[in-house]
Amino acid sequence: MFLPDKKIIELEKKANEIRISIIEMLVEAKSGHTAGSLGMADVFTLFYFHVLKHDPKNPAWEERDRVVLSNGHICPVLYATMAHAGYFPVSELKTLRKFGTRLQGHPHREYLPYIETSSGPLGEGLSQAVGMALADKIDKKDTTRFIYCFMSDGELDEGNTWEAVMLAGKNKLGNLIAVVDRNNIQIEGMTEEIMPLEPLQNKWKSFNWQVIEVSGHDFKMLNEVIEEAQEISDRPVVIIAHTIPGKGVKEFEKDYKWHGKAPNKKEGEMALKELRNYRP
Amino acid sequence: MLNPNLKLNPKIFNQDCEQIPIRKGFGQGLLKAGEENENVVGLCADLTESTQMNLFADKFPDRFVQVGVAEQNLVTVGSGLAAMGKIPFCASYAMFSPGRNWEQIRTTITYNDRPVKIVGSHTGVSVGPDGGTHQMLEDIALMRTLPNIDVISPCDSIEAKKATLAMAKTKKPAYLRLVREKTPIITTEETPFDIGKAEIFWLPDAGLAQVGIIVTGGLMHRALLTAKELEAEGVKTKVMNLASIKPIDAEAIIALAKECKAIVTVEEHQIAGGMGSAVAEVLAQNYPVPIEFVGVKDKYGQSGTPEELIEHYGLGKNSIKEAVRKVLKRK
Repeated sequence: MFLPDKKIIELEKKANEIRISIIEMLVEAKSGHTAGSLGMADVFTLFYFHVLKHDPKNPAWEERDRVVLSNGHICPVLYATMAHAGYFPVSELKTLRKFGTRLQGHPHREYLPYIETSSGPLGEGLSQAVGMALADKIDKKDTTRFIYCFMSDGELDEGNTWEAVMLAGKNKLGNLIAVVDRNNIQIEGMTEEIMPLEPLQNKWKSFNWQVIEVSGHDFKMLNEVIEEAQEISDRPVVIIAHTIPGKGVKEFEKDYKWHGKAPNKKEGEMALKELRNYRP
Repeated sequence: MLNPNLKLNPKIFNQDCEQIPIRKGFGQGLLKAGEENENVVGLCADLTESTQMNLFADKFPDRFVQVGVAEQNLVTVGSGLAAMGKIPFCASYAMFSPGRNWEQIRTTITYNDRPVKIVGSHTGVSVGPDGGTHQMLEDIALMRTLPNIDVISPCDSIEAKKATLAMAKTKKPAYLRLVREKTPIITTEETPFDIGKAEIFWLPDAGLAQVGIIVTGGLMHRALLTAKELEAEGVKTKVMNLASIKPIDAEAIIALAKECKAIVTVEEHQIAGGMGSAVAEVLAQNYPVPIEFVGVKDKYGQSGTPEELIEHYGLGKNSIKEAVRKVLKRK
């Protein structure tokens, strides 16, 4: 869908608001995953405020696109984006990880039915997205909507992921678009040290996927490659989105130590100051 | 005598009693479920023929997904199909599914409460010559500890067919436990089957039973032969078919315990965590009576004929009889 320059500025502002929400909720929760959540804020903003066919006031709308979040640990960005998009009140974000919350530490569909699946244990989202894409193919609905799967680079270590990659390639699932958050970090270090993934493009290509690489922070380019991915109907597409973990807070950026921890109050104040001074 | 109200196979005790593998009933049931409901889909991990899913796959090629030797994918793709309104049956050997993919079943199917039906074939030592790696003895324990799921272990192929059709109609996750070997036909098309309901297959000619024998799966025929012999020896028993391990028919189990004051459980599964454990959980909380467990005693299987292995692991007629005598002494 056409993305005018004026809208890009709006999206950048929105992504910044979402980052502010992410820091606020993580400080309040005192635990959670900071780096990936901040890193994917631009991608989520573009999808929920421009790309997706969805209706936050009618989350069960049958014709909606489906979004599977495979790496459930970055759910702060999912929750914050959905709240800002109007699925539920922004004030509810402060309940993250607290007893009785709908915003579980890792997403649970029973508590928050607006999400398509529960996730947390890695490597299982793409398979579910493949199942959804297959169902639409069986029902001949594969030209009416897309199945999107957001996943991490770290979970490409999982065998289950590649079982799904293989099946999607075999079945030429043109209605399936995966977005890999290529931020190069996982819990214990850099992906290329823990378990090298490169040459990543070639791996996906050899399983009959179309591969597109792009910056995960450039709204214009991202939108263009999503349009390109939507046009490809004879095979699944993976968008490898290069992101900066911790993006938006200099202190957190590119440091794997922020993969799995939340900022304390002081660190949170520092981060919020920086984000509130942001101008697109 | 056989319970006259259940229309069981009158030839049960004949030499020429027909024998059919329990998994065959699943194949026929799935075909019928597919004819009745176009949302039923089949997924298999390179074992269509041995799980009998080929009947469905041949009839409905567009609703069949061959995932290859990839059991983690088998059930997670099933979860995705269920999210879109399908009723997926995912079939493999039980050792690989739910053996290999338990966490995937937990997170994407039972935690999500999606109506995916897991079908595990080749359970028990009666798998035979393939040996211990392929003889699943822990699947009841793995599955019945998961919230939201039904666990069904039919006693013959006719019951397996009914169970498959019943599972296709529920909106819940379910696990169907199947056996490879031919087993005698015990029920008929007219025998009632309901998820959550146990039935008394054998009862004394007159008077109260002294021991209640609760059986699940393919050992039912041996249990009935044992009950018949015991009756001739003056020991009155009731034999219960507990195909539905979860939900469990607590009411019927408690009633049996109240009548007999002694229970023997029989299953082709580890004693730890199996059907007998489920029965013990019910009785310990409601009506404690002595229980003896016939099952595999903390061991793995090995190669052999089904008959040799069932005897070696203490699951045959003699073992059931011994358990009955032992529990009688504890009353």
